[in-house]
Amino acid sequence: MNGEVRITPELVAEHGLTAEEYARILEILGREPNLVELGIFAVMWSEHCSYKSSKTHLAKFPTTAPWVICGPGENAGVVDIGDGLAAVFKMESHNHPSFIEPYQGAATGVGGILRDVFTMGARPVALLDALRFGDPAHPRTRWLVSGVVAGIGGYGNCVGVPTVGGETTFHRAYDGNILVNVMCVGIAPADRVFYARAAGVGNPVVYVGAKTGRDGIHGATMASAEFDERSEEKRPTVQVGDPFTEKLLIEACLELMASDCVVAIQDMGAAGLTSSSCEMAARGGTGIELDLDAVPLREEGMTAYEIMLSESQERMLLVLREGREDQARRIFAKWDLDFAVIGKVTGSGRLVARHGGRTVVDVPVAAVSGASPVYDRPFELPAPAAPYDPDERVDRIAADEALLRLLGSPDLASRRWIYEQYDYMVMADTVQRPGGDAAVVRIHGSNRGLALTTDCTPRYCAADPRTGGCQAVAESYRNLTAVGARPLAITNCLNFGNPERPAIMGQLVAAIEGMSEACRALDYPVVSGNVSLYNETMGRAILPTPQVGGLGLVEDLDRMVGIAWSEEGLRLLLVGDTVGWLGCSLFLRELFGLEAGAPPPVDLAAERRHADFVRGCIAAGLVRACHDLSDGGLAVAVAEMCLASGGGARIHLPPRVGLRNAWLFGEDQARYLLAVAPHTVGELARRAAAAGVPMVEIGDTGGDALILGDARPISLAVLRRAHEAWFPRYMEG
Amino acid sequence: MRAAVVTFPGSNCDRDLAVAMEAVFGRPVLRVWHADSELPPVDVVGIPGGFSYGDYLRPGAIAARSPILRAVIRAAERGVAVLGICNGFQILTEAGLLPGALIRNVGLAFVCREVELEVATTASPFTCAYPARARIRLPVAHHDGNYVADVETLDRLEAEDRIAFRYLDNPNGSARGIAGVLNARRNVLGMMPHPERACDPKLGGTDGIPLFRSLLSALVA
Repeated sequence: MNGEVRITPELVAEHGLTAEEYARILEILGREPNLVELGIFAVMWSEHCSYKSSKTHLAKFPTTAPWVICGPGENAGVVDIGDGLAAVFKMESHNHPSFIEPYQGAATGVGGILRDVFTMGARPVALLDALRFGDPAHPRTRWLVSGVVAGIGGYGNCVGVPTVGGETTFHRAYDGNILVNVMCVGIAPADRVFYARAAGVGNPVVYVGAKTGRDGIHGATMASAEFDERSEEKRPTVQVGDPFTEKLLIEACLELMASDCVVAIQDMGAAGLTSSSCEMAARGGTGIELDLDAVPLREEGMTAYEIMLSESQERMLLVLREGREDQARRIFAKWDLDFAVIGKVTGSGRLVARHGGRTVVDVPVAAVSGASPVYDRPFELPAPAAPYDPDERVDRIAADEALLRLLGSPDLASRRWIYEQYDYMVMADTVQRPGGDAAVVRIHGSNRGLALTTDCTPRYCAADPRTGGCQAVAESYRNLTAVGARPLAITNCLNFGNPERPAIMGQLVAAIEGMSEACRALDYPVVSGNVSLYNETMGRAILPTPQVGGLGLVEDLDRMVGIAWSEEGLRLLLVGDTVGWLGCSLFLRELFGLEAGAPPPVDLAAERRHADFVRGCIAAGLVRACHDLSDGGLAVAVAEMCLASGGGARIHLPPRVGLRNAWLFGEDQARYLLAVAPHTVGELARRAAAAGVPMVEIGDTGGDALILGDARPISLAVLRRAHEAWFPRYMEG
Repeated sequence: MRAAVVTFPGSNCDRDLAVAMEAVFGRPVLRVWHADSELPPVDVVGIPGGFSYGDYLRPGAIAARSPILRAVIRAAERGVAVLGICNGFQILTEAGLLPGALIRNVGLAFVCREVELEVATTASPFTCAYPARARIRLPVAHHDGNYVADVETLDRLEAEDRIAFRYLDNPNGSARGIAGVLNARRNVLGMMPHPERACDPKLGGTDGIPLFRSLLSALVA
C-alpha cells in the first residue's frame, strides 16, 4: 500500500492535519509523504504529542531548583531526595479512552504512567489518581465510576504498586468528558537515572515486551479531538492493558538497567514505535534505522502503517551498547518477554524504516519531533467573577444540619468505596493511608518518607482560572506541609476544552500564569507534566482543571503527623486568617444551589509563612494532629479529624463572629487546624507571634460528639453514617 | 531458622514477606525462583501474595503446576513448614496441599482493608505464640478470597481444629468465616490476610509478628 495510496486533501484532513501543516510537511520532505509518513507526522504533530497550542505558555513554569535533577522534557521529572536517591514522578491524563471504555481506558492510563517512571530506572513505589466525573444523576456516571475504579485497581493491584491517594469529584460539566489523571512516583539511585537519548552510531535498537497488534492505532489523534455523538465508534482505538506483562517488564527492565548494557530507553506510549524512535533519536541528535520485519507481531499481515502507529501496551524501545545483546536477551528470556533487535542508531538524523524489502519511511527526526507547528492561539482572558457577598440568609440553616448535609454530599462523602478496591499497602511501606491530607510512603529501608498529594478545585478555576491555578498549587503545598513534609516539586496535568476557542485558551493561559506564580513564590517547581485539550463534547467544555501532583520529603517518620489525634483534652488551634469566604464554596453549592462569586484569594506570602510555621512546629514535636482546611472549611476539617480519630471535639465560636456559617464553612486559604497538648499552647503561640502567623485557640478534643458552637451536638455515629453512606448507596443504584 | 520465599512471575508480596521474616528470624531469607526444581534445605517456605502468572486460568492454578511447587509439595511431605499468604493460599489449594478453594469475593470487588480476626487455634507452629482465642487485626487485599469447601470438609476442618483464623467481620463471604486453614499434619498454613503487612508499628499494626515468632519457637526448638 505504501506509496500507492494517493495523498488527497480528504486523507490529510482525516489525519487531523490542516492544509498549512501539510504544506509544511511537503516543505520538510521536499516531496509528497507516503501514507506511513503522513500517519507519522499526524501523530507526532497531534496536540497530545506536540503540545503545539500550549508550548509557548508552558515555558512560563519555573522548572529549576537546587534539588531538581531533571525537569520537563524527559519521560518524567527527577528530584534529589538525599541519601543518594532520586524521586522520579509524573502525572498523565487518560481522559478520552476512559470515557469510551472506562475499565481499559483507566487501566492503560496506569500502565502508561508506570512505564514513564520505570523507563528512567526508577522502581515505581506509589500511584495516585485524580478523577472527575459528571453529575451523579447522569445516566452514564455510575457506569463510568465503576469501570474507572475497577480498571485502576485491576492494573495497579496486579503490578503490585500501591495506589495510595488521589481525589474524586463530580460536576455536570464532566458529563460528556470525564477526567482520569494518574500520577506515578518511583525511586532510583540518583546517579543511575536513565534518559531517552539514542547515542552511539551502530548501537542496536531493541524492542522488548508485548507483541504489536492492531490496537490503539491513532489513539493520540483521538485524544486531540472533541467528542461528538459518534464517539462510541472510537472504541477500537482504546488499547487493552495486561498488568501481568507490565509487572514482568518492570522487573526485567530494572534488572537490565542494573547492568551497564543500556544506553537509552523509552516506552512505546502514545504513537508507539513512531514516537519512541523519533524522540530518542531527536534527543540524542542521531538517527534510527528500523527493520519492521523484525518487530514481534501479534497477527499476520500487518502493514508498515499499522506497525508504526500501533499503541499496543507494555512495550519498550531500548538502545543497547553494541555487543551486549546476548546478556540483555537472557534477562528478557528469564521473564518470558519478547526481545528483538529491530534496528540501529545512525548518524543520519533520519528515521528510516524498511518493510518487505522496501524503504517505507524516510523522514528527518528533528522535524518530526521538534518542528511541529507552534500555535500562539488567540485568547481572551476571562473577566474575574465578582465576589459573593453573603448575608444573614446563610445562617438560616443550623450548623449541625449544614455539616451533615455537606459530609454526605458527593464531593465530600467518604471515598472508602473507591480506595478499598485499591491495594494501598502492597510493598509494605505505606505509612499514611488514603483519607488524610497527603499519603506517605516510606523510602524503603529508611526512616524517611515521600509525601504525595493530588489537588485542584475546578469550581475555583471556572470562576477565575488564574486564582484557581494558584490555589491548586497552594493547596498541594499545604497538604504536604500538613503531614510534616518539605514540598519539593510538582507534576501537573492541564485538562481544558478546545484551545481553538479564545475563551478556553484564555482559561489555559490564566491558569498557567496562576500556577507559575505560586510555584515561584513557594520554591515549588514543575518538573514534569502533560496537557490534555479538546475535553469537550458537542461543544460543551469541562471546567478548567489544572491538576497538580505534589511531592514532598518527610525527613523523620517519627515526627510525621496525620489528621487523627489519639487523646482527649487536646487543644485545637486554627492557623491563618478567617474572613468567612463563601464565594465558590461547597457550602453555597450544596446547601443553596449557588455556584456563585469569586474563589477565595490566595496570599502566597501568607501560604509560605504559615506553612513554614506549621512544618517547624511539627518538626519540633509540638503537633499531635494537623489538617489542611479546604473544601467545606473549618467545620468539615474538624469533622474529618473526629472521624479519623474516633473521638469528639468542641468548637467555640469567637465572639463577634459575624455570620456563623461563613466562619464555619468559608474556604479561606492558607489555614490549618492543629491539635496540640495543652501545655504546649504557650510555646506554639510564641512561635506564631514571632513568625507573624495568626493563630487562635478554637476548641478542644474529647467526648463522642462534635459540637459546633451552640449547635446541637452531633454524635460520632451520626457523623460517620452521614460521611460513609453516600458512596456505597449511590453505587448500588 | 532457615527460610525461603518463592517468587513466581507476577508475585508482588515476595519482598514484603522476606522483609518481615528477616526482621523476626534475624537472618537472611533465601529467594527461590519459580523455575527452580529443588528447594534449598530450609525449615519454612513462604508462598507470597500477588498475581502469579497474571491470575490466568484461575488464581494460583498455573503456579500450582510450576517446577518449584513440586519441590514444595515434597518438602511439605517431609514436614517442612509451608506458609501461603493470599495468592500463596490460592496456590496451595490449587496444588492440593490444602482442602477447599478460593472464589470471587461475595461483593465481586477487590477489597483492601484491615480486618479483625480470631486466632481459632494455637495448636500449630504458625499460631502457638498467640494467646488462645486472641483477637487480632491484619490487612486483607484480594479479589478472590471467598473460601469454599463442601460441608463434610468444613465439618472435618472444625472437628480436627484445623481452622487457624476466622474473620470476625467477614469481608469476602468465606464459608464459616474461614480466613486460614491448616493441613492435617499442621505444617502447611494458607491464609488470605497479610501478616507480613502487620509487623511494623509504622505500617499501622504488629499483630502479624506473633505468627513469625510462633515459627521461630516451634521450629528452632
